[in-house]
Amino acid sequence: MSIDRATIEKLGELAKILISESNVEVTTRSINDVLTLVDQLQAVDTAGVRPLANPLDATQRLRSDVVTEPDCRDQFQALAPAAENGLYLVPKVIE
Amino acid sequence: MTWETVIGLEVHTQLNTRTKIFSGASTDFGAQPNTQACAIDLAMPGTLPVLNEEALRKAVMFGLAIEAEINEISAFERKNYFYPDLPKGYQTTQLEKPVVVGGHVEITLADGSAKSIRIHHAHLEEDAGKSLHDDFHGMSGIDLNRAGTPLIEIVSEPDMRSAEEAVAFAKKLHAIVTSLDICDGIMAHGSMRFDVNVSVRRPGEPLGTRTETKNLNSFRFMERAIEKEVARQIDVLEDGGEIIQETRLYDGDTDTARAMRSKEEANDYRYFPCPDLLPVEIDQAYIEAVRATLPELPDPRCQRFVEQYQLSEYDAGVLSENAATARYFETVAAECNDAKLAANWVMGELAAKLNSEERDIETASVTARQLAGLIKRIKDNTVSNKMAREVFDAMWQGEGEPDGIIEARGLKQVSDSGAIEAMVDEVIANSEKQVENYRQADAKKRPKMLGYFVGQVMKASKGQANPQQVNEILLRKLDELL
Amino acid sequence: MHQKTLAELREGLIKREFSSVEVTQHFLERIARLDERFNCFISVTEDAALARAREADKTLAAGGAPALCGLPVAHKDIFCTRGVRTSCGSQMLDNFIPPYDAAVVENFNDAGVVVLGKTNMDEFAMGSSNETSWYGAVKNPWDVRCVPGGSSGGSAAAVAAGMAPGVTATDTGGSIRQPAALCGITGLKPTYGRVSRWGMIAFASSLDQGGPMARSAEDVALLLNAMASFDPRDSTSAERAVPDYTADLSTDLSGLRIGVPREYFDEGLNPATEQVVREALRELESQGAVLKDIDLPHAKLSVPAYYVIAPAEASANLSRFDGVRYGYRCDAPADLPDMFKRSRAEGFGDEVKRRILVGTYCLSAGYYDAYYNKAMQVRRLIKEDFVAAFADVDVVAGPTCPNPAFEFGAKGDNPVAMYLEDIYTIAANLAGLPAMSLPCGFVDNKPVGLQLIGQYFQEARMLNVAHRYQQATSWHRRMPPDID
Repeated sequence: MSIDRATIEKLGELAKILISESNVEVTTRSINDVLTLVDQLQAVDTAGVRPLANPLDATQRLRSDVVTEPDCRDQFQALAPAAENGLYLVPKVIE
Repeated sequence: MTWETVIGLEVHTQLNTRTKIFSGASTDFGAQPNTQACAIDLAMPGTLPVLNEEALRKAVMFGLAIEAEINEISAFERKNYFYPDLPKGYQTTQLEKPVVVGGHVEITLADGSAKSIRIHHAHLEEDAGKSLHDDFHGMSGIDLNRAGTPLIEIVSEPDMRSAEEAVAFAKKLHAIVTSLDICDGIMAHGSMRFDVNVSVRRPGEPLGTRTETKNLNSFRFMERAIEKEVARQIDVLEDGGEIIQETRLYDGDTDTARAMRSKEEANDYRYFPCPDLLPVEIDQAYIEAVRATLPELPDPRCQRFVEQYQLSEYDAGVLSENAATARYFETVAAECNDAKLAANWVMGELAAKLNSEERDIETASVTARQLAGLIKRIKDNTVSNKMAREVFDAMWQGEGEPDGIIEARGLKQVSDSGAIEAMVDEVIANSEKQVENYRQADAKKRPKMLGYFVGQVMKASKGQANPQQVNEILLRKLDELL
Repeated sequence: MHQKTLAELREGLIKREFSSVEVTQHFLERIARLDERFNCFISVTEDAALARAREADKTLAAGGAPALCGLPVAHKDIFCTRGVRTSCGSQMLDNFIPPYDAAVVENFNDAGVVVLGKTNMDEFAMGSSNETSWYGAVKNPWDVRCVPGGSSGGSAAAVAAGMAPGVTATDTGGSIRQPAALCGITGLKPTYGRVSRWGMIAFASSLDQGGPMARSAEDVALLLNAMASFDPRDSTSAERAVPDYTADLSTDLSGLRIGVPREYFDEGLNPATEQVVREALRELESQGAVLKDIDLPHAKLSVPAYYVIAPAEASANLSRFDGVRYGYRCDAPADLPDMFKRSRAEGFGDEVKRRILVGTYCLSAGYYDAYYNKAMQVRRLIKEDFVAAFADVDVVAGPTCPNPAFEFGAKGDNPVAMYLEDIYTIAANLAGLPAMSLPCGFVDNKPVGLQLIGQYFQEARMLNVAHRYQQATSWHRRMPPDID
């Protein structure tokens, strides 16, 4: 399967990665190279094979409902690009 | 030609666990912004989720309560989209194997008719944070305290045909989750939030295009939003237009709705199994152990109230619907030993106060014990019904215990017959003309004339005389004069 | 001093032949002198290291010191270190100073190590040459015109150049074994779940596994003893006891059944490399091991399956880097979408963006079944090949890489040419099996690695084979020329 410019633009939108005009072509080409590689999978007969999401086929262990995390807001917000009054600041959210 | 409305609900129900679904941060409501967002909730690099066993247990409880199937193997997926209040850039949720599949909820409508609403499934997922749109130099503020709060999203089949049915369903769900004590049910805190899917069609035709109105957090708003949306869709269709599948927002303050500006349909959520969370095994022994802990549910509780307290079906229904109300009522009834009076006060004075202040019973200013204390004073004739209402108001204002208020305000009813007799004698002595008229009057008219004397005695007693005793003594004394 | 193995340094410290401060100073001095040439370190924590070394010397003097007390190590810059920048080789995290330690870092601290610094790596561990690091490529100490391999290139080259006696690394598709092979050192990727992923910045969660690198198998065993643990903070962590990986190092190999996959000696393998690897297998045979040809029929599908699964998981794992709470944010965003899109376009390098886009595509509506689900099915087929093979053999052996280290830029701009360098390593990640690489000779004066793949949780068996091999050979003792 080969993808075109419109698909690349949609992927950029979904993945929130700006793909500049000058990069669209080279990005499309290299992604098509990768897709050509992975297309080898299409030839395999996998009828009836259960997908393997975890290599050990293990099941989930649960946590008890106990508060273990103290307030570390100041430590965390020291890392933030923009924070004020305990809030992270971002350009206006429009719903 | 008539239109038929078709409604389905998605109900986001916050589970009242102590900690988040995947982290050990507290879920308490109302903390300072971001003080309950730990490294996992903030999606700091290298952090990993571990599922809270209580969240799972509460989801299973819900499933059992609505007679659903519990998936033996339940799994988590990632739902990918970018939003500043979604720290990981994906929501951990369930798609293929939710904990709860199927089930049903019974509703009763105002005309007494009953209906069963089918549940499609209910799945566990994490809540997002909050975007605060108050102006911070033209920016939005993000509070992630809510991020990671466990939710079950309850998805109904499109079985409802009116706003009334939708509200009855929503209220019944509220009653179930609060009775199970898996959700605090506090609507004002966003503990239950409704997304309504609405479409209209000509009866017998296939389903029409639906719209989704998101994030309604009160029954009243939900009802209004549905009514408005139904009216809008009918207008569009009758004008020859088409319904566009879209997500809409309803503003309860202005009673207006609009389509969301961000284009939801452009989203492709790219669900896939979360590799950090392994499939959850829920075996039969676990399910039976949870079943054994299920508390009483609203429908059986209603039946019990009718039998145990001799309440009417209606009163029992109102008092049993919500676990907190039921608990309150039963506490009052037990303390004052008078279920009828307890029911009257909880459904009357208390409900009126809660309504006018838009508060939940959990936050009522008068405790069940205090109300029971007041009812005891009505029963032993310390206060009249009228005075009791004054005492109740004072308790609501925070003036303390009923006995203290009765004492401080001098509201104690005078039941000392000697004192009342003295007052009656005085009134009779000072009302020569009225006594004469009474004597002359036809026996049939006398009871009406008694009102004047009662009024005078009550006035003299500053309202504290026991009215029944005043009546009796007056009648006896006046009859002696005949 | 830097030619000594960790085991030898440990003995010297315990016998008080030298102090931890002396050892630490020695390595810090080498880093200061040599790292300009090789670019192995993103951060060097000199002061903290010396302070730790002084503490260690006191503990050593007092007796009862923990297993790795006073030994200097370096951490791949993918492991979060409290108070020390953790960049993951990316501009995105150039300013990120975590307030917490990774489980691996905690475990090593508990074992008493001295941390020299954080090593260079391909950006977010995506690469096989170290060319994708935002901090510039690491140079191969055997030939600075060549790549050190990746993504743990900084860790591997630091050991090879004698700048650290032991290091931590991670392996998602070969990122421990391939650079270990290309730099002539020993590295081990444990069974999935053996080492906690807590605090290890995720690339592909179902494949990522941390592991140690050092000169010898014995050193790797010492490091793995400290590194492996059950960690309740990682849902995928294995809840089983950690054995002493040094206990059975010297066990005799007679009767050991070694599976040699036909698919690992195909036309893609450099003939000179094949010769070196076959010679290593003969050495094991001479010690009593039995070689058996085996088939891994789906092995050739491991690269395509991996390049669906790893990018798909990465596309979600890297969504948290959005410029909101930490890391890079673009200048003067016009609005919210602009902030997301430019912060990520500017903060990530080309390879990372390419994989995010590929992963996004493979998961998108209409392609999930053809790509993602198909790859997960093939993944099971690959695992089942190994399960079947291990019915008859104890370990699997073959080349780590098809070629020795290649020159910078040699793979041109087709990413697939680079991806195929991992053709022999990826399957172990897909299956979750433990695997390691150890030096077994040279081609054109560049090191060649022998790969061993073990049964689930049988790291000790592989280490036993590797140690016996190293007792009989000296490849792992060779140092790159022209360094001192």
